Amino acid sequence: MKDPCAHCEEMMQPYLDHVLTDEEMAEAEAHLADCELCRRRYRFEQSLRVYVRKAASEEQMTVELRQKLSALRIPLE
Amino acid sequence: MALALSGTVDRVDAEPEEEAQRLATEARDRVRFEEDALALSDQVYRVARHLANSREDAEELVQETYARAFRSWRQFTPGTNLRAWLLRILTNLNIDRGRRQQRAPQMTPLEANDYFLYDRLAENGDGVSDEQRVVERLSQDDIVSALSAVPHDFRDVVVLVDLGDFSYADAAQILDIPVGTVMSRLHRGRRILKSELAEAATEEET
Repeated sequence: MKDPCAHCEEMMQPYLDHVLTDEEMAEAEAHLADCELCRRRYRFEQSLRVYVRKAASEEQMTVELRQKLSALRIPLE
Repeated sequence: MALALSGTVDRVDAEPEEEAQRLATEARDRVRFEEDALALSDQVYRVARHLANSREDAEELVQETYARAFRSWRQFTPGTNLRAWLLRILTNLNIDRGRRQQRAPQMTPLEANDYFLYDRLAENGDGVSDEQRVVERLSQDDIVSALSAVPHDFRDVVVLVDLGDFSYADAAQILDIPVGTVMSRLHRGRRILKSELAEAATEEET
């Protein structure tokens, strides 16, 4: 059986990247309004992006590295 | 003639002054450039950390990037995107130094659809289907190691766009590849990342 949400799935990444045309956007919104499962999947993808970004940003630059970078500045003559 | 002569003398006097003025302006521009670049170092490091394979590699890479940026600051056009300019230096250094493990691009077929990670996590989630909660079943370590398992060509794009907030066009310019390539690598890279995450989630259950 053909997945009725297949087209909606194709539009998910461009939708979340805000690169759909107005027409495509309206099409996606119309499907999402009727389809609980796709709504959840879109929301999951959005949460995943936020979560990945947060997890990946947790490791901060060390104070030592910051000092080393400042020391690379070219002194004024 | 006296008038013309005094004019000449004036001009000769003015030249060292203009030169001094020029040097002062340049010094001021350079200090400002250095300060602007250093103010971005946290953001540059966060991206570098996941472009490189380890914390040590990332630290070295960021230092080399700043050393080079401070030397060639005149090549930066004021008013353009300094963070993108710094990351272009950084990605070039990363490629030049042959740091990338040259893994053959992953050509194994990926999961048939883009929803499998959610489906996988939700179906094993003891009935928990709330999207926020489902995502939290992945640990920070899962995510950091899944990212590092994505082959470099794909990872570079995912890291720049999804972690670094660069537009497709900026990422294309930083990596010197067409925008269409950014889009296809991004799409594939995100899928590879999710497939790595699905694997990590499955391993934890067993």
